[in-house]
Amino acid sequence: MKIVVTVKLVPDPNAEKRIDPTTKRLVRTGVETVLNPYDEYALEAGLQLKERAGGDSRVTVFSMGSAALKETLRRALAMGADDALVLSDTALEGSDVWASAYAMAKALSTLEFDLLIVGGLTDDSSTGAVPGALAEHLGLPCITNARKIDVGDGKLEVERETDVGYQIVRGSLPVLITTALTFGEPRYASLKGIMGAKKKTIGTIGVSDLSLDLPVGTSGSKTELRSFAPPPARGKGRTVEAADGVAGATSIFEFLREKKFV
Amino acid sequence: MDFDLTDEQKAIQSLAREFASEEVAPRAEEMDREERFPYDLVAKMAELGFMGLPFSEEYGGAGADTVSYALAVMEIARADASTAITMAAHVSLGATPFYLFGTEKQKQQYLVPLARGEKLWGFGLTEPNAGSDAGNVQTKAELRDGRWLINGTKAFITNSGTDITGGTTITAVTGKRADGSREISNIIVPQDTPGFSRSRKYRKMGWRASDTRELSFVDAAVPEENLLGPRGEGYRQFLSILDGGRISVAALSIGLALGAYDQALAYSKERHAFGKPISKFQAISFKLVDMLTQIEHAKLMMLRAAWEKDEGRDYVQAASFAKLFAGELSHRVVNEALQIHGGYGFMDEYPISRMYRDQKINEIGEGTNEVQRLVLARLMGL
Ligand SMILES: Cc1cc2nc3c(=O)[nH]c(=O)nc-3n(C[C@H](O)[C@H](O)[C@H](O)COP(=O)(O)OP(=O)(O)OC[C@H]3O[C@@H](n4cnc5c(N)ncnc54)[C@H](O)[C@@H]3O)c2cc1C
Ligand SMILES: Cc1cc2nc3c(=O)[nH]c(=O)nc-3n(C[C@H](O)[C@H](O)[C@H](O)COP(=O)(O)OP(=O)(O)OC[C@H]3O[C@@H](n4cnc5c(N)ncnc54)[C@H](O)[C@@H]3O)c2cc1C
Repeated sequence: MKIVVTVKLVPDPNAEKRIDPTTKRLVRTGVETVLNPYDEYALEAGLQLKERAGGDSRVTVFSMGSAALKETLRRALAMGADDALVLSDTALEGSDVWASAYAMAKALSTLEFDLLIVGGLTDDSSTGAVPGALAEHLGLPCITNARKIDVGDGKLEVERETDVGYQIVRGSLPVLITTALTFGEPRYASLKGIMGAKKKTIGTIGVSDLSLDLPVGTSGSKTELRSFAPPPARGKGRTVEAADGVAGATSIFEFLREKKFV
Repeated sequence: MDFDLTDEQKAIQSLAREFASEEVAPRAEEMDREERFPYDLVAKMAELGFMGLPFSEEYGGAGADTVSYALAVMEIARADASTAITMAAHVSLGATPFYLFGTEKQKQQYLVPLARGEKLWGFGLTEPNAGSDAGNVQTKAELRDGRWLINGTKAFITNSGTDITGGTTITAVTGKRADGSREISNIIVPQDTPGFSRSRKYRKMGWRASDTRELSFVDAAVPEENLLGPRGEGYRQFLSILDGGRISVAALSIGLALGAYDQALAYSKERHAFGKPISKFQAISFKLVDMLTQIEHAKLMMLRAAWEKDEGRDYVQAASFAKLFAGELSHRVVNEALQIHGGYGFMDEYPISRMYRDQKINEIGEGTNEVQRLVLARLMGL
């Protein structure tokens, strides 16, 4: 079985972030780059399916982003992916979801796969719109929010997480699936994996390697980021000063009732 | 000159840090209180490759270098010293002798399961009357009918009595040389050897979740081929094992100091007195600055020793410097870190109280502070 997992390289979710007011883009200097946390679950799913299928099954990691950051993907290789491909080009700068997904789909269609596993959401832009757009461009069925995936004899059965329970969905290959966080904790990259990862390849392609019919980057984008604002700073908390415990508890209760928490 | 870690070294350090903070730290208090040996954590460390970290892949190891090993020990000790010594003693005292001195057959038989972490192994040098003066071994092994007949006692042997311990390699007097001096050799003693028994676990002040026991040998018999390395080379062999062990203990000490610093830093920001966080008092912030300055200092010394070892150079002096400095530094750091906690630091539920108890052995194990100075004085030609 051939599996491709998409992984975006994002700024460390735990780091403090700033947006440059002129470029309206995230300032990446001084912030460590990591694998998008949702995509680690997608990778875990891919690796489990590869192990179950055995034989000459492979997991390829695909990422679109800066070539300078591509070594970050070594971690995905250390976790067990077989190789990686990065689509990187200055012509892609300024791409919105439409243009990004179009370019990614063109690159993905150069790869052979039965399963395309995509994370549900990125930690930086968080549109959640890429998976659907990719499925559309690639002409693939799209099954979102999977917590369990079974593949046998070219048949596919997926458990989808929903608000009220889960659904069982059957389908055929090839298919695009997004994973839910209930899929299972991503594995650690073992020492053997880390030592083995240096021998694996991270290939790079650019826009000229793709047969694009439409523009990408800023000119290919259909949306425009007009303005942005940091989240409002949290106000000062209210301090309750009370003569005794009962009075204190009463005023806290009143506050909770006022806010409709109780 | 280049201070950058390689990508592998960085990846191994962050693996160890993640593993330690996610899997080890939350368990440390309970393991210490109940003196419980963490079989499940050892199994996980084995699966991740920590138990055979520096050994080559052909013997079941991960093939990483000494710098990576030291960083891994440091990160695990930052969460829990007991778990770190279980791993470090297994690698540097249990498995390393086979790696350095074993025949191909011994490596296949003993080293492979150890490097995979399926079994643990002890190294028995210390005796009730031979500690710093390790050459004063009393345990005797006599060759009779193709078997070594062993009699004696070993004290304080780490990893010697767990359910997954495969055995212990011991030093023993195997005869007299032509010049009348005692001949010391290393002998492999599997756990099921008749006449070989282990005491209950010692009750300890620190490293309480690690396994330390007294070993007794009464006509314990092993085959002649259980000699490790050439006969009479035991003294030279254990000295070279202890040289590597010094890097381990330096890493353990620095990890513990870092862990204590982490605790003190967090506490100093949370704890308020006289209307502000205590970290805002210069007396406290200067302590924290001094702690981190010295930790950085020790880390450079340790990494240098590890790097020299990887480069195949003579690293004995660098390792002794690092072990001596880091052991004593960990004492100062845990002391100040506990001081920053005030009365709460004296309470068992705060990790710093465990770290304070876990610290002392860093100045005793694998060569006391005094012995470290003795070694260095000799190296300096004094
Ligand atoms: C006008 C405009 C300009 C922009 N300019 C830039 C720019 O110059 N540089 C820039 O980095 N961003 C830019 N962005 C953001 C960029 O459009 C989004 O990052 C991109 O469309 C992906 O969307 P998302 O991150 O919300 O993905 P989501 O839809 O939230 O992601 C879902 C899943 O899709 C996959 N995925 C998404 N993106 C990638 C990727 N790049 N590689 C591999 N897998 C992926 C992952 O598996 C992920 O879990 C711009 C956005 C706008 C609106
Ligand atoms: C928890 C724990 C685990 C251990 N694990 C192992 C193990 O796995 N394998 C193993 O073989 N050993 C192990 N040891 C033993 C340890 O290495 C010894 O305790 C240590 O080497 C000191 O020996 P000793 O206890 O006999 O002290 P002694 O040698 O009796 O020292 C007593 C004091 O005298 C000082 N002293 C001794 N000689 C001199 C001198 N010439 N000049 C100045 N001062 C001197 C010492 O520095 C010390 O302060 C362990 C010990 C402990 C506590």
